[in-house]
Amino acid sequence: MAALDAGWADPRRLYTEARRARALLDQARELLADGLGVRPPEVSFLPGGPAALRAGLEGLMYAGRRRGARMVATAVEHSAILTTGRYHAAQADNPLLFAEVGVDRVGRLDLPAFEDAISIPGTVLAAVQSANGEIGTRQPLEQAHELCRTHGIPLLVDAIASLGRDPTPVNFDVMAGDARSWGGPAGLGVLVVPERTRWRRPGPASDVEQGRTDVEPVVAVALAAAEAWRQTWANRVDEAARSSAIIARLRAAAADLHDVDVVGDADDRLPHVLTFSLLYVDGEALVIELDRRGFAVGSGSACTSSTLEPSHVLAAIGALTHGNVRITLPLNAIAPTLDADVDRFITELPDAVAVVRAQLGASGL
Amino acid sequence: MNEIEVDARGLRCPLPVIRLAAAAQGTPAGTRITVLTSDPAARHDIPAWCRMRNHELIEITQEPDTAESDTAESDTAYLRFVVVIRSQSSNAAGGGSGSARSSRAT
Repeated sequence: MAALDAGWADPRRLYTEARRARALLDQARELLADGLGVRPPEVSFLPGGPAALRAGLEGLMYAGRRRGARMVATAVEHSAILTTGRYHAAQADNPLLFAEVGVDRVGRLDLPAFEDAISIPGTVLAAVQSANGEIGTRQPLEQAHELCRTHGIPLLVDAIASLGRDPTPVNFDVMAGDARSWGGPAGLGVLVVPERTRWRRPGPASDVEQGRTDVEPVVAVALAAAEAWRQTWANRVDEAARSSAIIARLRAAAADLHDVDVVGDADDRLPHVLTFSLLYVDGEALVIELDRRGFAVGSGSACTSSTLEPSHVLAAIGALTHGNVRITLPLNAIAPTLDADVDRFITELPDAVAVVRAQLGASGL
Repeated sequence: MNEIEVDARGLRCPLPVIRLAAAAQGTPAGTRITVLTSDPAARHDIPAWCRMRNHELIEITQEPDTAESDTAESDTAYLRFVVVIRSQSSNAAGGGSGSARSSRAT
């Protein structure tokens, strides 16, 4: 609230209030840059993680336009990447302009296939996430970046799922994140473009955020994101240990259910997410049944999505897509009673599953 | 050989898999079950069911839209799966991990 009062003015102007807004914005940028291990001018604020991802992608494409127009991404990337890539290839009527590289049963990038894909002439960027926010599996960024360097391809890293919860990626040429991942406000993305990276925003020059967007960041939102980062960063070691222990308990409880497909890597994974799918369960019915019992879970099942298509991540790894439950643990600061809530969840989950299976007459199958 | 056809066209997930499982219940090993489905999730979920229950998926065919209907939105395209039932254990669920999938498009 104080930030809203102090930061209302246009940071580009010269009067006192404007200079105060500029100072606050710079302060937020310095704090985040420090946490991300980069220099402040390399950090820009955009309106949300997906916007930062798309801007990162478009700037690499534009900077590489004389070499080609082909992009490569993993099949489990954020939809902001996949839909942009597919649109780009469809517009040019050339399916070769976008390649989706497959992953294994736990969702990890197939590195030899990735190398094949980026070595095709005309490739100008590769996009690989640090870890998948839905199934938790971490990607081999160090090896992927090494392959990219060998072939002279810049690597765009989507760190949305891991920033603040997992070690900050160091292997990238452009990185994008979202303040919500570390307990910050909605509506603030970060785009990190190191000085060494050839990146250029298409369109007319802008004097906003180092020329990487033309949308002014809201100073108060940037400050709130920086403050959330400061708190989350200070607690990150305890937080990760606590989350890992809880997820291990939940994973074991899920694996004890009948006809369950627990997905994602069991060990090399984000500490705070878990996904599993249950045979003969309607995902929507289970989400509603759990909500009735006081638990907020997500789902990647088709019946819970606006498009009626199942999660592309579950599809890419060959997991069961119906009866899907997606758990994301909140930060300790937000949910101090989490341990007790998880105990109750583990107790009630088998019954909730039995209830929705019985609704479909699928109890004995 | 025992043959069963399950027409689950028009049913949404998880009903096609439930119909398949109900048809498979108690059938002898070697039974061939053909499932017709228009549900986009079944494309992934019938192979997943076969993996979890240890049955064999031998064929997936995309059947074209053949409707000669006057409503432009009518979509009769569907998928045909052929599954061979292996010996039935009541609960052969399992995650499984590790097998490589190759690049989808390069």
